[in-house]
Amino acid sequence: MTLDQLKPGDSGIITSIGGQGVLRRRLLDMGLTPRTKVTVRKVAPLGDPIELFLRSYVLTIRQEEAAKIEIKEDTKE
Amino acid sequence: MSILFALAGNQNCGKTTLFNRLTGSNQHVGNFPGVTVEKKEGVIKNHKDCVIVDLPGIYSLSPYTAEEVVTRDFILQNHPQAIINIVDATNIERNLYLSLQLMELGLPMVIALNMMDEVRASGNTIHVRQLSNQLGVPIIPISASKNQGIDDLVAAALQVAKGAYPVAKMDFCSGEVHRAIHAIGHIVEDHAQAAGYPTRFAATKLVEGDEAITQALKLTADELHIIDHIVADMEKEIGMDREAALADMRYAFIEKICRGTVMKKQETHEQIRSEKIDRWLTHKYLGIPIFLGIMLFIFWITFSVLGARLQDLLDQLITLGTDSLAAFMANAGVSQWLQSLVIDGIAAGIGSVLSFLPVIVLLFFFLSLLEDSGYMARVAFVMDKLLRKIGLSGRSFVPMLIGFGCSVPAIMATRTLSSERDRKMTIVLTPFMSCSAKLPIYGMITMAFFPHSTALVMVSIYVIGILVAIASGLLLKSTVFQGNPVPFVMELPAYRVPAAKSVLLHMWEKAKDFIKKAFTIIFLASMAIWFLQSFDWTFNQVADSSNSILASIGSAVAPVFGPVGFSDWRASTALITGVTAKESVVSTLSILTGAGTDAQLAAALSTVFTPLSAYAFLVFTVLYMPCVAAFAASKRELGSWRDAVLTACYQTAAAYLAAFVIFQVGSLFI
Repeated sequence: MTLDQLKPGDSGIITSIGGQGVLRRRLLDMGLTPRTKVTVRKVAPLGDPIELFLRSYVLTIRQEEAAKIEIKEDTKE
Repeated sequence: MSILFALAGNQNCGKTTLFNRLTGSNQHVGNFPGVTVEKKEGVIKNHKDCVIVDLPGIYSLSPYTAEEVVTRDFILQNHPQAIINIVDATNIERNLYLSLQLMELGLPMVIALNMMDEVRASGNTIHVRQLSNQLGVPIIPISASKNQGIDDLVAAALQVAKGAYPVAKMDFCSGEVHRAIHAIGHIVEDHAQAAGYPTRFAATKLVEGDEAITQALKLTADELHIIDHIVADMEKEIGMDREAALADMRYAFIEKICRGTVMKKQETHEQIRSEKIDRWLTHKYLGIPIFLGIMLFIFWITFSVLGARLQDLLDQLITLGTDSLAAFMANAGVSQWLQSLVIDGIAAGIGSVLSFLPVIVLLFFFLSLLEDSGYMARVAFVMDKLLRKIGLSGRSFVPMLIGFGCSVPAIMATRTLSSERDRKMTIVLTPFMSCSAKLPIYGMITMAFFPHSTALVMVSIYVIGILVAIASGLLLKSTVFQGNPVPFVMELPAYRVPAAKSVLLHMWEKAKDFIKKAFTIIFLASMAIWFLQSFDWTFNQVADSSNSILASIGSAVAPVFGPVGFSDWRASTALITGVTAKESVVSTLSILTGAGTDAQLAAALSTVFTPLSAYAFLVFTVLYMPCVAAFAASKRELGSWRDAVLTACYQTAAAYLAAFVIFQVGSLFI
């Protein structure tokens, strides 16, 4: 399952980051690393990008990028 | 000897506020050599020998963005005595990620733990001393916005710079990565020394696969081969590639030290408040209307309420000054031509541009509020999808919108765009948004030719401007600006009340910028136009400007405009003067047609244009190169004359093409 499939309000645990180059590095640098919990907070009015909550801050990325982030269900809740 | 400090930190962590606190208003703004990344330098208050450089707001030291490369080059090449690393305490994990990388640079460092007031007020705790011990770096809790802890920070920074604390040699790597870094460290030690890098930093960058550092180290083929081997083994062992492995390792270390030192019971009040505000501001249906409403309000205040009044006031002042200057020169018996140069050339030129100052200052007041409050990031979030199609991100939306008011502040506002590619593209496209100075031209033409469909013609002109911008965006995206767009991965910072001082300083900086331009490039341009308008080829002053050099240039250029419908020399002359300021198109046309009143002008214009060619003329005016003030702004922001001239040529070519199509296609039907 990938991050773009989550609905607003849902959370997941990152398992791996796909993509390459600048974009991938940027995602990793912003703290989207394996084992991190991510919550999708909302979708922008025009349907893209999406708003995420992780490591106690708010980040926005595009659906296209979210589709490269593999997640598993957050089992703790 | 003076002490050099480098101030580094993430975006939105209060870095600018801290810099302003540290330096007062004693700052110097410039660019880093070779790139259009802003560099601010200042002297620390009450410490005359302490210079501090504000480095760009960054999240990492990767080799991918100009800002990050500039930061690491500055630190490695200029060897500041100490780094002051500002960290947002409400968002400590992601902020410490940069701190760990800064520590790899092997320089004395002190951490300014900002926004501690917010952490405490929300009932959360950070055990600063324990955290400091575990990191091996002194940490000073501060609140830049409330001016708390700044003196302690300066004292600690001075201690650190004098070598009071040994540079931390901490090992935050573990397992396989640890082994790889150390093995590579042994191999490259000599190379790193020769290149002036700390060994640990060089080894880490090699494990990460940083091309720039790898090349600078000048390793032999054998050494590179061994290193590749070590990295490949490491990747296989831990089941992650090199970049992910290092990011994962740094974050794992941060999580470990935060577990015992950062006691977070709940989100801070500011974070909770932000989420509530965003329920409205990024609302599914209300988000966009609210944004447009805010922009309309800003335009209304700027152009109708305050701006117009201030502009009138300034106009009166300028007229007063000019009149007394004229009287003084007449009394002193200054020669006629010199009087004309000073009054009609210089004073009139600079005066007309300076009267834009209130509008520019007001717009920047509002822009700083939008930026510093955190709303600008939401605009980018809400508008991103629209602009992505032309290869830009949501961040470019605000400068473009400002362009409908005035291109000058719009172009100056592109400075906040983090990607150089986006910035340049926005600078090229923004002048296509029809600015308010062009309104008198539309008024003149519609009154003369389209009195019954004024609104329709006006709207169509704006739409054509936007359409050409979109087409240009698509064209530029697939040609000049092909490169990699910087990914849209952006923090939405918590909303905060902007610091008055930051807003005022920002306004002052932009006003200074504009005044400087008015007295340099615009000064020269108005003198040149005055000269061309007042003299003939034998350098005798002319009474009738239709005998001037400018008029003859206009006539020479006129045939070029044959295919677009307005080959009358008066039209081309007006377009030339329009480059100094767009309103001049109207005054030039009325002078050259000898029309005194609006009605006479309307009648006279029908000898210059047909309705179709008048429309083509309108289209040309919206699109062709912007006025000198905007050109000067784009030269400054693009950082090169060549790019600025190319941009102006492109805009003029686009204008010609659009007017040509309209005139030729129109001729088939009429």
